[in-house]
Amino acid sequence: MALKIVKGSIDRMFDKNLQDLVRGIRNHKEDEAKYISTCIDEIKQELKQDNIAVKANAVCKLTYLQMLGYDVSWAAFNIVEVMSSSKFTFKRIGYLAASQCFHEGTDVIMLTTNQIRKDLSSPNQYDTGVALTGLSCFVTPDLARDLANDIMTLMSHTKPYIRKKAVLIMYKVFLKYPESLRPAFPRLKEKLEDPDPGVQSAAVNVICELARRNPKNYLSLAPLFFKLMTSSTNNWVLIKIIKLFGALTPLEPRLGKKLIEPLTNLIHSTSAMSLLYECVNTVIAVLISLSSGMPNHSASIQLCVQKLRILIEDSDQNLKYLGLLAMSKILKTHPKSVQSHKDLILQCLDDKDESIRLRALDLLYGMVSKKNLMEIVKKLMLHVDKAEGTTYRDELLTKIIDICSQSNYQYITNFEWYISILVELTRLEGTRHGHLIASQMLDVAIRVKAIRGFAVAQMATLLDNAHLLTGNTQRNGICEVLYAAAWICGEFSEHLEDPMQTLEAMLRPKVATLPGHIQAVYVQNAAKLFATVLQKHEGETDSQAAQETSQLLIDRLPLFVQSANLEVQERASCILQLVKYIQKLQQKNVEVAEEVTALFAGELNPVAPKAQKKVPIPEGLDLDAWINEPPSESESEDEKPKAVFAKEEPKHYRSRNTEVDEKELARRREVRKQEQANNPFYIKASPSSQKVYDAPGVEHIPVVQIDLSVPLKVPGMPMSDQYLKLEEERQQKEKAERKKKEKKKKREKRGKGRKADSGPESEEDITPAQHVDIVTEEMPENALPSDDDDKDPNDPHRALDIDLDKPLADSEKLPVRTHRPEVLKSPAEDRVSESVPPETKKKSSKEKKEKKKDKEKDRKRSKEEKKKKKKHKEVEEELLESQPEEPVQSEETKEAAAPPTSTSAEEVTVPSSAVETSSAAVPESEPDEPKDTEPEDTKSSKHKKKKQKKEKEEKEKKKKKRHHHHHHHGEAGGEDSVQNGTVEEEEPLPPMSNYSVLAENSFIKMMREDAEQVYDIQGNHQDESKVVVSIIFENKSDSFLKSMEFNVLDSLNSKLQRPEGAGPHDGLTVPFQLPPGVSNEARFVFSVQSIVMPQKLKGTLTFIVKSDESSTHEKLDFKLHFTCTSYLITTPCYSDAYAKLLESGDLKGSSLRLEGINMPFHHLLARICFHHHFSVVERIDSCASMYSRSIQGHHVCLLVKTSDQTVSIDAKCDEPSLLGNVLDELKQTFSKC
Amino acid sequence: MIKAILIFNNHGKPRMSKFYEHYTEDTEQQIIRETFHLVSKRDENVCNFLEGGLLIGGSENKLIYRHYATLYFVFCVDSSESELGILDLIQVFVETLDKCFENVCELDLIFHLDKVHNILAEMVMGGMVLETNMSEIITQVEAQGKMEKSEAGIAGAPARAVSAVKNMNLPEMPKNINIGDISIKVPNLPSFK
Repeated sequence: MALKIVKGSIDRMFDKNLQDLVRGIRNHKEDEAKYISTCIDEIKQELKQDNIAVKANAVCKLTYLQMLGYDVSWAAFNIVEVMSSSKFTFKRIGYLAASQCFHEGTDVIMLTTNQIRKDLSSPNQYDTGVALTGLSCFVTPDLARDLANDIMTLMSHTKPYIRKKAVLIMYKVFLKYPESLRPAFPRLKEKLEDPDPGVQSAAVNVICELARRNPKNYLSLAPLFFKLMTSSTNNWVLIKIIKLFGALTPLEPRLGKKLIEPLTNLIHSTSAMSLLYECVNTVIAVLISLSSGMPNHSASIQLCVQKLRILIEDSDQNLKYLGLLAMSKILKTHPKSVQSHKDLILQCLDDKDESIRLRALDLLYGMVSKKNLMEIVKKLMLHVDKAEGTTYRDELLTKIIDICSQSNYQYITNFEWYISILVELTRLEGTRHGHLIASQMLDVAIRVKAIRGFAVAQMATLLDNAHLLTGNTQRNGICEVLYAAAWICGEFSEHLEDPMQTLEAMLRPKVATLPGHIQAVYVQNAAKLFATVLQKHEGETDSQAAQETSQLLIDRLPLFVQSANLEVQERASCILQLVKYIQKLQQKNVEVAEEVTALFAGELNPVAPKAQKKVPIPEGLDLDAWINEPPSESESEDEKPKAVFAKEEPKHYRSRNTEVDEKELARRREVRKQEQANNPFYIKASPSSQKVYDAPGVEHIPVVQIDLSVPLKVPGMPMSDQYLKLEEERQQKEKAERKKKEKKKKREKRGKGRKADSGPESEEDITPAQHVDIVTEEMPENALPSDDDDKDPNDPHRALDIDLDKPLADSEKLPVRTHRPEVLKSPAEDRVSESVPPETKKKSSKEKKEKKKDKEKDRKRSKEEKKKKKKHKEVEEELLESQPEEPVQSEETKEAAAPPTSTSAEEVTVPSSAVETSSAAVPESEPDEPKDTEPEDTKSSKHKKKKQKKEKEEKEKKKKKRHHHHHHHGEAGGEDSVQNGTVEEEEPLPPMSNYSVLAENSFIKMMREDAEQVYDIQGNHQDESKVVVSIIFENKSDSFLKSMEFNVLDSLNSKLQRPEGAGPHDGLTVPFQLPPGVSNEARFVFSVQSIVMPQKLKGTLTFIVKSDESSTHEKLDFKLHFTCTSYLITTPCYSDAYAKLLESGDLKGSSLRLEGINMPFHHLLARICFHHHFSVVERIDSCASMYSRSIQGHHVCLLVKTSDQTVSIDAKCDEPSLLGNVLDELKQTFSKC
Repeated sequence: MIKAILIFNNHGKPRMSKFYEHYTEDTEQQIIRETFHLVSKRDENVCNFLEGGLLIGGSENKLIYRHYATLYFVFCVDSSESELGILDLIQVFVETLDKCFENVCELDLIFHLDKVHNILAEMVMGGMVLETNMSEIITQVEAQGKMEKSEAGIAGAPARAVSAVKNMNLPEMPKNINIGDISIKVPNLPSFK
């Protein structure tokens, strides 16, 4: 054996290790890709070897290559192999590789469940640690469900190192398996007060992360956090808690009031900038949540702003940045306090650091007023010119638009100026925000009627100079502007100076190079222009010119008819035909202009973006109700109740419906009319219907007279700067005028101002330069004011929105390992006997007491808060008080028919679980109810004996399902469809259990795997001679069992592994004691020399039975039987590899015929898979090839055929005696049934 | 939550990447490239925060980075992390590397990627900060190192010998490394605590 290891490591010397690989890559700078591909080939070879060290080395190299961007998912299975090594060195390599490249789509992850579970319960804390770290990166919903309970047990591990990791990973488990949150939460909460600061910090971390997403569920923890905040000295923890409070205060203003004082103290006392900063942030959050106008809080605001100013003025750029960031939060609620620092912020605009400039930009948003908007935008435009990188320039662009358009263009006094700014912005090359500018242009042109003439002129110029915009860069986003320009020119063509020229510009051949959607708009609006031109010419009775225009279209449109874009093509060919027809009419001297114009008559009103969503559901409309009778689900079932309902229900509905009809119809008609009136796409009967426009905020706004001091026409490209001057002049003039007027009378109101016009205008009344009729976007009648439509439905955290204050129901449990139903309590749990979680164990009276204690603790805690938060506390207490009285409602309403004893469930459960334990070993009856058997958590057994049978059946089913799962794992890859298919189509598999009684007396029962296959022997690839046997000990007596010693008489071939220094005949101490009724699992390691023969070992278990008065020594003899198949490991094998193996000729054959087998083929296969650890390679009809490997690397191949009741098995193996024994065991398995 | 931790050098070559959300290898490389692009064009004396890591997560996320000698250490985090706290965490990370490798330099990271990952695993787990106390981190890393050594035992000796010989046989090795043998100088920053 030792020789083998040395030989292995000698082999290894000549493999490349990670360092060699890196060195090689660095030496092949020119042909790196080629070198790496040869390396990958080498790695593939190495992965085929049996030596785990070689494999681990290969996987380690793959991890490096993965970082360089090579896909290594093909090696996923090898990674799993390395993960399951017993050596920490290799295990760590495996888990690292897995954490780098596994994800939810990796199918071999299913294979890891048991391995991870084993590692989690490893006695070596670093095995556990490595498994937890790895799992945190690739946990899937399945893994989370299967391992949640194991991880929760680890949260109470003795080592803080494990505890903190287990606590942290729970967050990931919650995300993937939200059902685990409620059962696990009490323990998580406990960890907030863990003696180890690391664990505490981890718990705070997890709860903060949870609370950030769903803060309202965590309000009840506020007192606890408050205590932590005032007691903790760990800055990390403090920061997290303070951040958490920031999320909680908006929900509970009283909390905020309480917080201000300690936070202010911290601000004054701490020297850590990070803490100071977070404190300021939370104080801001508190102040935002509190209703303003509280005099004593202005001091806090001042303190914050003052501290932030210090940060911003600091030379450290990081502090400056954060200061600005926090300042922008204050801005939202207390703009005045920020506005006084305008100088500082404008100064930051010139900072060399882009991040800081961006933050300052954010602040500018709140700094503008009617008075300074132009000035600030001018400054920004200067920056735009200077900005080098496109990202910053784009950011500037969006900010300019944001600032100008905020709250319905509140601060814009002169829209001509704004249009000019927009037009100036179109000169930016390569910006991504062309569409943004375009939508602004459209918005302004549509909503500000007075500006249309000016806008149209500008847009016409833009169209004329389109070549400047499109340039030669193809991916130029700015050409989007042309979309707006074309539409505006078309829609408002009556304002055009020279529509003919614009029409000509829109039909230039160059247009065909624009993106399709823009071309489509061009074509459509060319038609609108055409209509205008026609009307003009006919008005002047210039039929010659009109006909020329038609000809122009007929000449140019064919270009678009050939467009590859469907939209363009369709519109162009429609319009082309139309124009041709018009031309015909023109030639007959028919006046067509009016009819053509009618095509485009009517005005489009803007519709609010959320309008559709906000249409309220009309009264009496139930969207969830069936329109027709629902199709009956199954005709065979529930015949009776259906008959009952069929008589009553329809009558009921009908009568109600008619009622609705009478009353509602009239009302609905009215509503519909109104809707139509408001619908821009619905042609109105007469303008009078407009009057229905009475929704609040949709009123037409009083009109301000046009100020003639502003020239309405600006030739050529506009320069926004001139407006600044004009504006100043205008304002001065106005001021002077006003002064004059004020002398005469009271100030004359020149404009009532728009609705939103209440803000900074008061500081100095500035009147808009022109009539600004901002048409408000349309909203449906009775629009719902709700704003909850912003939540992302895909957010994984939505699932975690769970009320944690409700008492746990019995049905809420973490799933325990269901394929071992005998062990109701997971063995690991008993090790932490003190703090048994109420959700995994049935509630016992003892626990009830504990709970009460907790309650009292809670109460004490809340007493501390009493003075200030009395009301809150009362609610809390009430909640707690009501806990025991509340009847625990089961989720299963089907089972709700249970006797009303359910409240006394606690007493009942203990005996019932015992009954289950003993009876579960007889798993034959096959339940035929069609309930779905999702492998969810074990059902509570609270419905007493009546329900027990049913439950047992269910459990069996679940167990069976698990086995499916199991096989499925074993077959990895190609074959799963076969197995999955059988579940649905063929008769379900009979249940198979892994464990059965090994030996038993009145005190103790030793469980082992079921009759056919004896021990849970898990071979390890690496240490080829080691075999692990797990045995469950169950205490059947009423006494306490302790000092258990397990001993086996070694044979030459098989030896029990004993700790160093122990003699060959010494027993092994079982590492736990058993209270009455408890069972636990222990594992024993055997070293086995040869595996070709089955083995039998005699053994004894000695233990002390301790009852109240006496203690006696007892012993129990047993025989351990190692079958040959128990040395086989389910190993997946792909069919090509399998074929190669058979071709190689190294294998010797043998065969077996079984008569009178009366079971479906897939049952047969499942049995072989389950009991003999084979996996199906390929299955064709009634013929299947199977594969397995022994722990010493022997290949065993089977070809199983069945016809009638005869099964023939041809087997091949490289070790004839092993093969013979395996076949014997196979025979034995089937002779029993 | 920390979304990703990247280490790359002044030329954008990745030296370690740890993503706490799944991306395909191609996307990962693209993220690294883009991040490098963003970070590398920044001056030395600007702030260490950066928005616009659009590939990871979206606008809520920030890049927080530090530049040491030839290496950039970049953390991509969301709003639940304290910016200054993460800056300190990077410092702790680098100091820990410095202790574990004894005057860490880029080459150490290149040749011992696994070790770097193992150290990081003691600090950050699944995107959440696990431990910030340097001595605790080093204790755990060393304990695990010891375990590996004891496992290698006699069987590992020949392999170690060969690897030593291999290193001796390659006198040209330093020649190929024109960058990176400058050790990362860990400046003493004002302590976080």
